[in-house]
Amino acid sequence: MKNNSNNLEEIIEKLSPLERKILPFLKLPMKEIKEKSGLDKTSLIRALKFLENKEILKIKEEKEKIINLGTNGIYYKKNNLPERTLLHMMEKNQTIPITEVKKISKLSDNEFSVSLGVLKSKAMVEIKENNVVLTAKKEEITKKMPEEKFLELLPAEESSLDAEQKFAFNNLKKRKEIIEIKENKTFGFELTPLGKELAGKEISIELIEEVTPEIIKEWNKTKKFRKYDLNSETPKIFGGRKHFVNSIVEKTRRIWLDLGFEEMSGTIAQTSFWVFDALFTPQDHPARELQDTFFIKNAEGKIDKKISSKVKESHEKGVDKSKGWKYDWKEKIAKTIVLRTHTTCLSAQKISQLKKTDLPKKYFAIGKVFRNETMDASHLFEFYQTEGIVIDKNANFQHLLGYLEVFLKKLGFKKIRFRPHFFPYTEPSVEADVFNEETGKWIEILGAGIFRPEVVIPLYGEFVPVLAWGMGLDRLAAQKLEIKDIRKIYSNDLSDLRYKKIPI
Amino acid sequence: MTVITIKKSKIKENVRNKTDEEMDSLLSLFGVGVEEITESNISLDIPPNRPDLLSVPIFLASLRTFIGKENSLKKQKTSKPEKNYKVEIDSSVKEIRPFTVCCIVKNISFDEQKIKEIIDLQEKLHSGIGKNRKKFAVGIYPLEKINFPITYKAEKPEKIKFIPLGSENEMSALEILKKHPSGIEYSDLLSNFKKYPVFIDSKKNILSMPPVINSEETGKITENTKEVFIECSGSDFELLSKVLNILSITLAEMGGKIYAIELEYGKNKLLSPNFKIEEMKVSIENTNSLLGLNLEEAQIGKLLEKMGHEYKNKKVKIPHWRGDILHENDVIEDIAIAYGYQNFSRELPNIFTIGQSSKKEEIKKKISEILIGLGLNEISSYHLIKFHEANASKTEKIEVENSKTDYKSLRNNLLISALRTISQNKDNDYPQQIFEIGTVFSHDKENKTETGIKENESLIILMSPANFTKMKQTSDYLFRLLNVNYKIEESTHLNLIGGRTAKLTINKKEIGYLGELHPETLREWNIKMPCAVIEISLEEIFDILLKKD
Repeated sequence: MKNNSNNLEEIIEKLSPLERKILPFLKLPMKEIKEKSGLDKTSLIRALKFLENKEILKIKEEKEKIINLGTNGIYYKKNNLPERTLLHMMEKNQTIPITEVKKISKLSDNEFSVSLGVLKSKAMVEIKENNVVLTAKKEEITKKMPEEKFLELLPAEESSLDAEQKFAFNNLKKRKEIIEIKENKTFGFELTPLGKELAGKEISIELIEEVTPEIIKEWNKTKKFRKYDLNSETPKIFGGRKHFVNSIVEKTRRIWLDLGFEEMSGTIAQTSFWVFDALFTPQDHPARELQDTFFIKNAEGKIDKKISSKVKESHEKGVDKSKGWKYDWKEKIAKTIVLRTHTTCLSAQKISQLKKTDLPKKYFAIGKVFRNETMDASHLFEFYQTEGIVIDKNANFQHLLGYLEVFLKKLGFKKIRFRPHFFPYTEPSVEADVFNEETGKWIEILGAGIFRPEVVIPLYGEFVPVLAWGMGLDRLAAQKLEIKDIRKIYSNDLSDLRYKKIPI
Repeated sequence: MTVITIKKSKIKENVRNKTDEEMDSLLSLFGVGVEEITESNISLDIPPNRPDLLSVPIFLASLRTFIGKENSLKKQKTSKPEKNYKVEIDSSVKEIRPFTVCCIVKNISFDEQKIKEIIDLQEKLHSGIGKNRKKFAVGIYPLEKINFPITYKAEKPEKIKFIPLGSENEMSALEILKKHPSGIEYSDLLSNFKKYPVFIDSKKNILSMPPVINSEETGKITENTKEVFIECSGSDFELLSKVLNILSITLAEMGGKIYAIELEYGKNKLLSPNFKIEEMKVSIENTNSLLGLNLEEAQIGKLLEKMGHEYKNKKVKIPHWRGDILHENDVIEDIAIAYGYQNFSRELPNIFTIGQSSKKEEIKKKISEILIGLGLNEISSYHLIKFHEANASKTEKIEVENSKTDYKSLRNNLLISALRTISQNKDNDYPQQIFEIGTVFSHDKENKTETGIKENESLIILMSPANFTKMKQTSDYLFRLLNVNYKIEESTHLNLIGGRTAKLTINKKEIGYLGELHPETLREWNIKMPCAVIEISLEEIFDILLKKD
């Protein structure tokens, strides 16, 4: 038993102030616990829940019918029930013709017939030869009727009513909106064996709750701290956070910087010239249709004649022995304004600005790109893309594969394969796949290649190998963040923004 | 991208590889995307530069060649045209679809599978490089039903009458365009012309009205068909030739024998199909420097043969159905594919460059760190906003054409997406404190940009519940840490409460506003908690901080 009492003491030391307040009264009914502890309802429930966690009691939720005043009830409580009004009137006149009574009483049809019925049933009045006659004695009249007493009692629980109150309740229940009944959940509890030992214990030891400046000042060794229940639930908190897609963007930027690349930036709206023409995409290419690309309404941009005339030549007749696309290149089409469909337009602009003495150079870009698509779980009309180029006279295909491998490994992919692919502006072209260990499948992740002479020569003046690669970031982000519906990335649901786990 | 499906057993017959994994690897390295391998089929994604591989026989022969079996494709020849195998091209088609190329293939033994394959190929060529028959249309006819010589000419629509494929009754050209499924689908390609092109045989039977439909009587291939006439019409002669070559070689691979046809363009006579082999110079030096290899001439020759080319004296002979070789680099890519992408070493060059992020990005990052330190959550929203949102904000609109979603305008401010965010987060815990840094768009009135659109970086901070004081504290803290001086003056804003609205200025230039959102605005967005906001353009701050830098 010694053990046990030690245990009890330990438990008591862990009780929170709320629990301590109700412990002495736990053997009493709820209502009294509430009154004696002085706790409000919420605190009381919290205290009970804490005690339940300590296995001192077990909470039982009970449904209670609560009786309260209805709209008419509130009025009658203030201004008397209609039967009382009628009774007062009768008290003055003793006998009144039935036809008159209603008029004088100023009661409504309904009120009148009900209250007359009530008084009759209580044998307080009688109907005699078309007259209403008072039969009640004086002391009967002054005494409060059970219904009146009942209205004053409300609100009350149905289960707590005594016989008289039940009688009044049943009478009033039938009448119009005098009382209303609500189902209320109430908390009850049952003490566990441990609880039975503890309940009713007066707690004599004074325990320190919060450490305050006073306690520090007046500290002495006799004082004791209340032990906390270390496992009790605490309310969640949250802090400020970067959007998770930007965490991925920044991680990607970090990789490029680590590899010695310089950042390129540029506008989101671009002329078709930079997005397509400068990249040797013929003007009838399907990607250039309204179906696939966002064109700005009623807009025409400017293009640099010096570069565009060379691009025109590249398309129409070809440069450097290329056959070209052999069609009539139209400036008007190149001047339409689109939302960039890839960040490669920034690479084209950068190459056009370079001088021969600048080389070798390595650049990267990260930015939103746009496709005219309907949205679903795996498609968005705008998403992040990242892009890198290496402009170096000595660069070659093996270097490209080398860069790709380092880049993808830094992004966390272990198994990588390269395979041929087609892009209008690179030759040779490569697609990189990464192996998904979970599904056992290769997933295409990145497109790459060496820019075609038809792209480089008009922009730079002569051919120089430009290694280029680009990839979408959003599907990667969705995969890393375990987001199944890609639209969730931009839904800005604060619970995601606050609590989403971000891989390092 | 176009997907073709081939029986797995057919591929297995041609290659030694057995397991699905090995086949996936082989096909990927050959340059086609492996979409799916099932019990019985393999679906392949054919890149748009290789329409020839849409043909199952050409694909299989190319694959055989790729793995080192003999090149079975290079020996196709045409037989000279028989007596009246002639197609006259009337000058009336000049403005519509000016060219056609044709041929005849005999000795074919069609079965259901082969007919399906050839129709499939025809459709995939039409919809892919044919741009839905805009660039060309192919017709295939049983030879026994037609009488040479054939004329390709344009006729007035009311004069064109025949039974279109799949129909029972004779219809006029106009009826076909209105009522026949193919007519409706392709009517746009003809309806602007006064005359429509037709092929007519010597008995005045209409064979077809390209690019819309063949005649039911003369244009339907069955399992009994042994000999066919093929025509391909359009406006790009070279493309037509390549397409015809792909089709005729496909039929030849099915066992057929190709016969030429004489085309008469007025006085100009020429033979079709044109199987002339194209030659291109390939420099060993360029190949090695682009690929980073040390190949010798003989090796290059062998590799090119694997891709179906011939190579002699530093010149490559390109298969006559390949239309994708524009430049030496295209040939070099074929060498790389034959060499095997898996065989290249992955090298890192030792060039020295210095990494450098954009200065503006660095400033943006700093701002976001300050705000996150204050406990704010960053949001990220679309640059496009919904139509009604753009209307409600009463600001200038820059719209995109034909958006497939509700998002139709470029955002002119960040307030809309911030309000949308708060409105959609009613069930999450308060306080809600969000910010976003992003691009906003406006018309370029100074005509300085290439696009006519000005793009500015902006910052929005929105807190709920919050008041003017809270926002002022926040902006004070932000600008203090950025070491930029700013001023606050009373102002007005459509969405804010008067007397609780301020404009922010730097060096007397207005950069944004700060204040409490008006209940009317909050009600419009169905927001039930008070909100306060700061929205500023970052461009001035960039200028100041970059100058200091």
